[in-house]
Amino acid sequence: MSEMTFEPLMVEPAGVPRGRAMVERADWAARAYAKYDIATVNRIIDAAASALATRAQEFARDAVSETGFGVVEHKVLKNIACSTGIVETYRGQDFVSPEIDEVNKIVAIPRPAGVILALTPSTNPVATVSFKIILALMTRNSIIISPHPMAKKVCVAAAKAMAEAAVAAGAPDGIIQIVEDPSIPLINALMTDERTDVIVATGGTPVVRSAYRSGNPAIGVGPGNVPVLVDATADLAKAAVRIIESKAFDNSILCTNESVVIAEEAIADKLLAAFTREGAYVLKDEERDAVRNTVFPEGHFNIKMVGKDATWIAEQAGIKVPAKTRVLVAPFDLVVPEEPLAHEKLCPVLGFVRVPTATRGIDIARAILRITGAGHSAAIHSSNPELIMMFSAAVPVLRVSVNVGNSLGASGIQTNLAPTMTIGTGFAGRSSVGENLQPKHLINYTRLAYNADAREVMPSFAGLNPWASPTGPVPSYPVASNEENYGAGNSYSHREPITQDVAELRDEIRKLIVEELHALIKN
Amino acid sequence: MTQEDTAAPEFDYGLFSYDSKEQMLEKSKEFWNPGKTQFWIDSGVPLVIDRREEYFIYDMSGKRLIDAHLNGGTYNLGHRNPEVVQAVTMAMQHFDIGNHHFPSLARTALAEALIKTAPAGLSKVIYGSGGGEAIDIALKTARHATQKRKIVSIIKAYHGHTGLAVGTGDDRFSKLFLSDRPEEFPHVPFNDLEAMEDALRDRDVAAVIMETIPATYGFPLPNPGYLEAVKKLCEKYDALYIADEVQTGLMRTGELWGITKHGITPDILVTGKGISGGLYPIAAVLATEKAAGWLNEDGFGHISTFGGAELGCIAALKTLEICSREETRSMVHYIADYVGQRLAAVQATYPDWFVGIRQNGVILGLEFAHPQGAKYVMRHLYENGVWAIFSTLDPRVLQYKPGILLKPEVAEEMLDRTELAIGKAYAEIRNERRSA
Repeated sequence: MSEMTFEPLMVEPAGVPRGRAMVERADWAARAYAKYDIATVNRIIDAAASALATRAQEFARDAVSETGFGVVEHKVLKNIACSTGIVETYRGQDFVSPEIDEVNKIVAIPRPAGVILALTPSTNPVATVSFKIILALMTRNSIIISPHPMAKKVCVAAAKAMAEAAVAAGAPDGIIQIVEDPSIPLINALMTDERTDVIVATGGTPVVRSAYRSGNPAIGVGPGNVPVLVDATADLAKAAVRIIESKAFDNSILCTNESVVIAEEAIADKLLAAFTREGAYVLKDEERDAVRNTVFPEGHFNIKMVGKDATWIAEQAGIKVPAKTRVLVAPFDLVVPEEPLAHEKLCPVLGFVRVPTATRGIDIARAILRITGAGHSAAIHSSNPELIMMFSAAVPVLRVSVNVGNSLGASGIQTNLAPTMTIGTGFAGRSSVGENLQPKHLINYTRLAYNADAREVMPSFAGLNPWASPTGPVPSYPVASNEENYGAGNSYSHREPITQDVAELRDEIRKLIVEELHALIKN
Repeated sequence: MTQEDTAAPEFDYGLFSYDSKEQMLEKSKEFWNPGKTQFWIDSGVPLVIDRREEYFIYDMSGKRLIDAHLNGGTYNLGHRNPEVVQAVTMAMQHFDIGNHHFPSLARTALAEALIKTAPAGLSKVIYGSGGGEAIDIALKTARHATQKRKIVSIIKAYHGHTGLAVGTGDDRFSKLFLSDRPEEFPHVPFNDLEAMEDALRDRDVAAVIMETIPATYGFPLPNPGYLEAVKKLCEKYDALYIADEVQTGLMRTGELWGITKHGITPDILVTGKGISGGLYPIAAVLATEKAAGWLNEDGFGHISTFGGAELGCIAALKTLEICSREETRSMVHYIADYVGQRLAAVQATYPDWFVGIRQNGVILGLEFAHPQGAKYVMRHLYENGVWAIFSTLDPRVLQYKPGILLKPEVAEEMLDRTELAIGKAYAEIRNERRSA
């Protein structure tokens, strides 16, 4: 039998050619979508966001069961925040229509990137997929998603639901595509394809680095490792609530979750007591060692721990903790690279370090970020503006959450930063973007600029709009040219948007979202 | 190349070489086909295709042309499509042409794939080595199934040049070889249902054979309802309906098989050209269980050494898979939409010259207001970097057949060139008229 074996040679791995076909289709879709007007774009965004939000529960449940980590109820919130929530955040903003600056005699015309390749993680699978899709739709880009293999089923279902809704609302065919069977060769092929206009990479460092190496424009973000300074001026009760809530949120799966609390010695014991009241369990030395060995066997993070319940982790470590324990607090002394507990922990284990003074705490925060997480985020709980300023200036991160949990603070859900699932880590974090990823990062502007000479007058551009709404499906179905409806929809013209039903549904959903977000923020 | 040669020939292809394009053309006339070689020189299209990739062909001179002819869809997926090249190259490590006497691995696999993607009801596959042979097989199959001899086709039809197929086509191709047989092959006018019914009324017709859109006639479109009515007439008068999908299949109309857009399940469907992937000749006949009865009665009824060569089956399997992709279908719709819009704009510029656009997907016939109009346009297209051919049986009409995987930027470039060529052809005609 062996000599009869079929021996393939120089075979391109399965799926790679199909991936290229997706990019080609995306290219056509992007070109069509780049001509849409704001009214149609808004209609499409609403439809896609609602398609996700109305199934937020189902997708949250499926994500937890497929990946085995996270907390369903928290994922529901993230799914809503990253679909209709994001839409509400940017409601009224326009990344489509020309902007006129009469004073400087400049008109800026938004120009989409084209084809976005989005790499999404397993930790926040549906929320990130939805977030990137909404941003792409807002900016009239087409998007191809390559989901993390661990979460591919739920991501495919979510992306397809959004794609169907978008197309039904008038988006071009193929505007949202998702790789059903991701593989390294396929991702490489997509990343290096010259028709890929920008890669937006959220994931581990290797994925992000290879996005930058691809030769295509890339927006990649680095990992976090969030230090939290609590000084003697902090409201300890509130700080404890915020830190423990944040650390427990989705079992620490957000890259913005707190990694190590740095407490001024004077209030350290009080803070630990407050943590305990909020459902944290403070590990004794030998318990801490057991947890360290479980979470970092042989010094390396065990990915089985990602997003797991604190009680489950304790059980794995052979420790008894109260049934309602949400966070395990692991005190240790020295912040150095060989201390595993000083590294990023995507699970509800919270490092705890005591410092004699707040100033010394700043040094420790810097030490934590030397290990990993530069450019990402840090938090501080304090009522001393001078210290807060010193801390923020000294610590190499691009966002500092003040008196708020960092999980939802740095990601802009409990602060007024741009809500995001993608945290730009800037130059410090070897990224091209330093802000929270937002629509503006996915467009350029063509600026038409008049002669600065005052005698050269810029005429009025008000009301001039190069964009239009399609009159039918895009592309139009290829009926024969001797049939009546030939060419229906293949010209663009302005038309009245949305029916009454859609408008009502949208209002209803909007109310729902606002309520849910309020509830979330109050928590 | 001999040892005495000091300078390497300019055109070295390994096994053979030419010193110049002129020398090549001379030899082409001497050893191959003088009539054809001279025709193209006289037509202002002295093309000898050298390098080829994607939808580009290069003349020996290095001149690049965008291929909007595709040899009738043979290069539907572009020239030397990398996926098909890879599939065939890979297959050559294991397969060859195969032995037509025995059950075959690749033939069976392709047959299954064809049936699974074909209009419902078609259930058996018979292979030919080219479209003409496949048409002959289809006609023989129909004759066997109905035990009748007559085959009705349309005037100016073209179904190939083999023994039976040539009888269904224009006299131009059959009379030359004394192969016209009007008593067996009545021709009726296209889009004329009365004539069709008259031809069928005596119930002595085995089959009507129809190209879903007649290519060589310049893609005149069937009137809405015409094909459907012909199918009904076939049912009424016990004739089979043979859909020649050689040029309209494989997603060129925006659906895998053009005939499905008419809701017709043919008794027999023929595919060729494009199914080869442009790399290994193969053609296939798909038939219903009822039509394909001879396969049970005498499996050796039609023998073809090269028909369904296994390497061709591999090329076809890959081609079929590419054509069937959701992404491909979507792209064809985009390309058709874009090309249609651009041509409509060109037509608005030259309404008295560019008088008609016949389009179904990426199958287009462009009509010009001059008996030989398409020949003028063809020549100007050639000069401006696009290769598209006039319709042999209606030289007013240019066959314009963009590829189904065409990239947007190439589509744009092709239309820019086309627009210019149409304008230049118009200017030439007006100058001729003025000086006449």
